[in-house]
Amino acid sequence: MAESVSARSTGAAPTGRVGSRLTLHQRRVVWAWGFLALPILFYGWIRFYPTLYAFWLSFTDWDLMRPAQFIGLENYQRLFADPVFLKVFGNTFEYLLIGMPISLVLSFVIAYYLDRVRVLHGFIRALYFLPFLTTAAALAWVWRWFYQPVPVGVINGLLSHLHIPAQPFLRTPAQALPAITVTGIWAGLGFQIIIFMAGLRAIPATYYEAARIDGLGEWAILRKITLPLLRPTTIFLVVFSSIGFLRIFDSVFNMTHNDPGGPLNSTKPLVLLIYQTAFSSYDMGYAAAQTVVLFVILLVISLLQLFLLRDR
Amino acid sequence: MRFSVKIAALAAGISLLAASAAQAVEIQYWQYVYDTRVKAMDELIKNFEAANPDITVKQTTFPYDDYQTKVIAAHAAGNGPDVLQFYYGWLDKFQQGGVLQALDPAVFPNAEIEKDFFPIVSAISRDGKYYGLPTAVRSLALFYNKNILKDAGITEPPKTLDELVADAKKTVKTDGAGNITSEGITLDFAGQDHQWWREVLVRQFGGVPYDDKGNVAYNSDAGVKALTWYTDLATKEKVGAVGFMDEGQAAFKGGLAAFTIDGTFRLGSFRPITDFEWGVTELPANADGVRGNFASYFANGLSADTSGDKKAAAEKFLQYVTSPEAMQIWLKTVGELPARRAAALTDANLNDPIYAPFLKGLDYAHTTTFVDEAAQRQGAIDMVNRVVLNGESPADSLAEAAKAEQAIIDKAKK
Repeated sequence: MAESVSARSTGAAPTGRVGSRLTLHQRRVVWAWGFLALPILFYGWIRFYPTLYAFWLSFTDWDLMRPAQFIGLENYQRLFADPVFLKVFGNTFEYLLIGMPISLVLSFVIAYYLDRVRVLHGFIRALYFLPFLTTAAALAWVWRWFYQPVPVGVINGLLSHLHIPAQPFLRTPAQALPAITVTGIWAGLGFQIIIFMAGLRAIPATYYEAARIDGLGEWAILRKITLPLLRPTTIFLVVFSSIGFLRIFDSVFNMTHNDPGGPLNSTKPLVLLIYQTAFSSYDMGYAAAQTVVLFVILLVISLLQLFLLRDR
Repeated sequence: MRFSVKIAALAAGISLLAASAAQAVEIQYWQYVYDTRVKAMDELIKNFEAANPDITVKQTTFPYDDYQTKVIAAHAAGNGPDVLQFYYGWLDKFQQGGVLQALDPAVFPNAEIEKDFFPIVSAISRDGKYYGLPTAVRSLALFYNKNILKDAGITEPPKTLDELVADAKKTVKTDGAGNITSEGITLDFAGQDHQWWREVLVRQFGGVPYDDKGNVAYNSDAGVKALTWYTDLATKEKVGAVGFMDEGQAAFKGGLAAFTIDGTFRLGSFRPITDFEWGVTELPANADGVRGNFASYFANGLSADTSGDKKAAAEKFLQYVTSPEAMQIWLKTVGELPARRAAALTDANLNDPIYAPFLKGLDYAHTTTFVDEAAQRQGAIDMVNRVVLNGESPADSLAEAAKAEQAIIDKAKK
């Protein structure tokens, strides 16, 4: 495209007024960069500069109060010797490893069958999508109420009705993290269903017709046609939901508000630890080091997924 | 001597007044958002401006969670307030960071502060200099639900820890499966219980929470006994459950707890209760009659960035908001006790069935010198959770908590 434009423009260039020494192609480039300059400067200033600054901060002992002093790799050494950080590091991956596959399988199954439902299709789809539109904090508080012990908790009320022992849910290190992950899965489900359905609709019906004429069963159609053709959708959702679970914060913070990330750090994700290190202990340098680690994790996982799910 | 100081202060005040009358001054006042506090401060500002027409005070508020960050960031950017409210436990951080300036002893003489205010103001003095003054102070007391006590046949609230446990056992209710449906006593370490444990229970069991140098000292037999006594309420006596109704105050407010330990600041939210009658009594004594209490406060201080006319105006404003008149307005609107003895210990307050237990508590109250309040509180919460949720022994859990808190203190001293 660019080549054809320049090919045509070279002949027309030396005909004119101000700036005529530039070819049309060059002028277009100048114009394009002129328009792009503003967003680039803006982005560079509010995104990349702070990001790079965070890298620098991670090598200092800045505490907001005193000027930052360079301390080399001390923050990183402290990080990998800190049992809380290691626990939180594990939690972060636990959110990812429980949340991402379950939410993906669940949303695909729902989308797959919802795609065939004709009665009240729009209404059901809206119901699934509704949680996605709700503020995460509000969702978290409602779920926190669901998980309460008996006199107020809805789930435990139901359990005791069925003569099943009450569960502590958010009050025990063993159940708290899965309980919060459920909320995260539920909240993101609507979005993933919509994307999967769009992906399913994009597969040409002729493929299915041809397969049926050839006598393929439903399972074979799913495996040979639907799943392979959904690949781009799946890649997008895997990356999107992984990043979402790795960055989980608001549901944890709100559901464990009195003891953020507790009990006993069992639900604390990396982002919450960074928040606490930075904004309640004001240990900015250390928080920056934690942020750099999160950045590296996100980067590696995104690249890895793109590599594994690439088109061969 | 004191008289001459007062005269000098008055003279200084008049000369400042004369100097600043020439031009209007606007000063900034910052505090965190809490409905009644903002309302009380609005009233104080109105009164102050009426008496000082040449000074205007602009109140700015921030959500509590952001407040410290805002103060620190504004100081770094050089556009902080002139007068600001701060929790006494933040002083070390604010002082080291140069956010606050020491009060001028010519305007706020130390001897008068020490004579007029409750002794806990010493927590905001460093090297003989005061960095602020409180309007109000807060202490703890035992709240009880009169209806639940009456139903259990208890005629008067408990006076000792043993009586408290006995009464809690009589009032706790459970369903068939053994789940607590109404607590004897709320167990909420994230609320005020960690203060109760640290400054009251540890001392009542014969220890001290911190030594003279501010290092952790509760890792002792007394500390183990205090923690065991507290965690037994959940694990052995089963008179309460950690996390019941989410927060202790919510359980009490909902009429599902016979006892809760909370502070003066809770009065405003308990007053609207209409479903049951409640009362307040002093925190229970130990078997030897030893009592304790934890007192805390928000102080008003002068920003290090204020100077000249603004500083003079800020000093006058600070004098007004810590005057007996302001304290009465604060008590009426917010419910917190006056920080001056004379304003607090009036006959009316001492005969008030609700204020009296809190006021008595101030006489024997201690304050904790926090270096990182949130982190130290978190350590205390984890200490109880390890015992209650993970079944760790109180001695082990206490040792771990002591080590972790000492590390926080050491780091702050560096």
